[in-house]
Amino acid sequence: MTRTRPPERAPALDRPSTTLPAPPGTVVTVDAVTRRFGDVVALDDVSLDVGSGELVGLLGPNGAGKSTLLSLINGQRRPDSGTVRLLGGDPRDAASRLGLGVTPQETGLPATLRVAEVVDFVAGHFPAPVPSGDLLEQFGLADLARRQTGALSGGQKRRLAVALSLVGRPRVLLLDEPTTGLDVGARQALWEAVRGYHAEGGTVLLTSHYLEEVQALAQRVVVIDRGVVRADAALDVILRRVALRQVVLTSATDLSAWPGVVRTAAGAPVPAGSDGGARQTLFTADADALVRDLVRADVDFRDLEIRGASLEEAFAEMVEPSAPVEGADR
Amino acid sequence: MTTAPERPAAAPATGGVVTPLRLTLLHLRFQFLESIRIPMAVIGNMLFPALAMAFFVVPQQEVAQNPLWATTAVAGLAMFAVCSASLFSFGLGVAEDRQLPFDPYVRTLPAGPAPRMAARILNSAIFAVLGLLPLIVVAWLFTAATVTVLQLMAGIAMILVALVPFVLLGMAIGYSMPAKAALAVVQVVLFPLAFAGGLFLPPMMFPAWLDAISKVTPTRAARDLLDQALTGTPAYGGAWLVLLGWTVVFAALAGWAYRRDEGRRFR
Repeated sequence: MTRTRPPERAPALDRPSTTLPAPPGTVVTVDAVTRRFGDVVALDDVSLDVGSGELVGLLGPNGAGKSTLLSLINGQRRPDSGTVRLLGGDPRDAASRLGLGVTPQETGLPATLRVAEVVDFVAGHFPAPVPSGDLLEQFGLADLARRQTGALSGGQKRRLAVALSLVGRPRVLLLDEPTTGLDVGARQALWEAVRGYHAEGGTVLLTSHYLEEVQALAQRVVVIDRGVVRADAALDVILRRVALRQVVLTSATDLSAWPGVVRTAAGAPVPAGSDGGARQTLFTADADALVRDLVRADVDFRDLEIRGASLEEAFAEMVEPSAPVEGADR
Repeated sequence: MTTAPERPAAAPATGGVVTPLRLTLLHLRFQFLESIRIPMAVIGNMLFPALAMAFFVVPQQEVAQNPLWATTAVAGLAMFAVCSASLFSFGLGVAEDRQLPFDPYVRTLPAGPAPRMAARILNSAIFAVLGLLPLIVVAWLFTAATVTVLQLMAGIAMILVALVPFVLLGMAIGYSMPAKAALAVVQVVLFPLAFAGGLFLPPMMFPAWLDAISKVTPTRAARDLLDQALTGTPAYGGAWLVLLGWTVVFAALAGWAYRRDEGRRFR
C-alpha cells in the first residue's frame, strides 16, 4: 500500500449532469411542526418552505434543532404535530425519497466495506444513478475504490459522503454540517461540488454552525435557535444582523449604553487595575466607528482588543434579552 | 418567511422505480459482505453446531449409535443452533446496527423495511446452511444417524423455513430496545423456548401439561416438522399452523418495531 495519497483536490466543475430537470414549485414544505424529545422541545412550531432550485442555509448554534429538522425532512423521524412534505409526498414513504440526496455522517461509513461497494449499494436504490466510476472520478476517489472506508482520511470520507448524496441524481440535497472539521482546501473543494450541483438546478438545504460556510454557499438563510425560526431572509440581510464585532477594553467609563453598542457581554464588568477601570466586552456592528467615536470623545481606555463575534454571541442579539445566552449546547 | 408560490409540488423523480426484489438482493449483498468481513464471527457460527454435537451427543453412545435417536438428536441440535444464530447474530445484530451512524442514513434511502428484513432473513439462511455442513459431517462420521439424500434435502429446506420466525422475533426485539437490553431479552427468550420446544430433552419425557404448552411454541413445531422431514416420524396436527402463525405474528411485530424506531438518541 502506498503512503502517498492524492492531494485534496477540487472535484471538477464540468461535471456530468447529476440532476434531473427540476420543475418550479415547492419541494420541501414544513408546516407548523413541533417535535419533542422527552422534556426537550427540539422544534417549536416551525414552518419553512423551500422552492425548487433554492440554496438555503440553516444557521444556528449546536443543539438549535437544525439536525432534528433535517431528520424530519429525510423521513427518519416524524413530527409530534404539524406536517412535513418532501417532493409532494410524505418523507416517511420510501417513494418520496427517490429524489432525495443525504450525506451519511463521516464517522458512520461501514468500515469494513470498500469504497466502490458502498457507492454501488447506495446507487442501487435509484432508477438512474450516476455510474460509480464517473462519480468516484469526480470526487477524486477513483484510486481508492478498492480501499475499505475505514482506511480513508477524514477529508476522503467527507468527499465520499457528499459523493453518496449525489449518486441518485437527487432533486433535493440535504447536507448536515458538510465540512465540519475539514481543512481549508478540502472545504473549498466540497463547496465547489455543492455550487456545481446547485448551478444545474438542484435544491440544497444545508445546516452549519459556521457563518462562513453559510456565507459562502447560501442565497437564503434561515436562523434557528432553541427550536424556533429567528429569522428567514436573504443572505445579506442576515449578515447585517449577525456579523457583529466584539470590542474588549478596560475603561472607568461604563460604555454599555454608548451609541453603536448593540449589547455587552453577560455579567457585570470586571474591575481591573487600581485606576478604577473595568474590563468591558462590547458587541457592535462596526468596531472601527466605535473606536473612532471613543477616541474623538476622549474616553480614557486601554488594552483594546477587537475580534469577530462567534455565531453564538451574535445570536444573543436575536433572542429575548431575558433568555440565557449560553444555551448553545444541550 | 419567504413562501414560494403555493403549487402542488411535482411527483418524485420519474424514470421508474427499483423493484423490491432488486432492493432485497442489494441489501442482501450489503449485509453478506458486512458479515464475511469479520471472518471469526463466521467461523464461530459455522463451528458451534458441530461442536455442540461433538460434546453433547457423540459421547452418549446409546444415543449416538441408535440411528433414530441420533438423527432426532442431530435435528434438535441443528434447530437449536439455527434458533440461536437467528436470534443472536441476525436479530440482535439489528440492535447493534441501529447504534451505528450508518443506519439512520440507510433509512433515508428509498427502501422501506420489507427489503431490509427480507435480506436479513436470506442472509441468516445462508449462514444457517454454512453452519449445518460441519454438523452433518460430524453426525455422519461419528454417529449412527442416517438419512436418505431426499430426507436430508427436505430437512435443510425445513430448517430454512423454520428460521424465519426466529429472525423476525430477533428483529422485533432488536428494533425495540438498545443492544444491551436486547441481548438480555434474547437470552431470556431463547432458553425457555428451546427447552419447552423439546430441543434439549425429547418431548416424550414431558408431563402432559408441559407437552400441551410445548405444542404451541414455534420451537416445538419446528422441531417436530424437522423430525418428520428427517425420520418420517409424523409431526403433531397443527404444527404447521403454529409455525406459520408465529411467523405472521413476529413479522407484524418486527414491522411495527421498525416503523416506530427512530434511532432516538435522546431521553
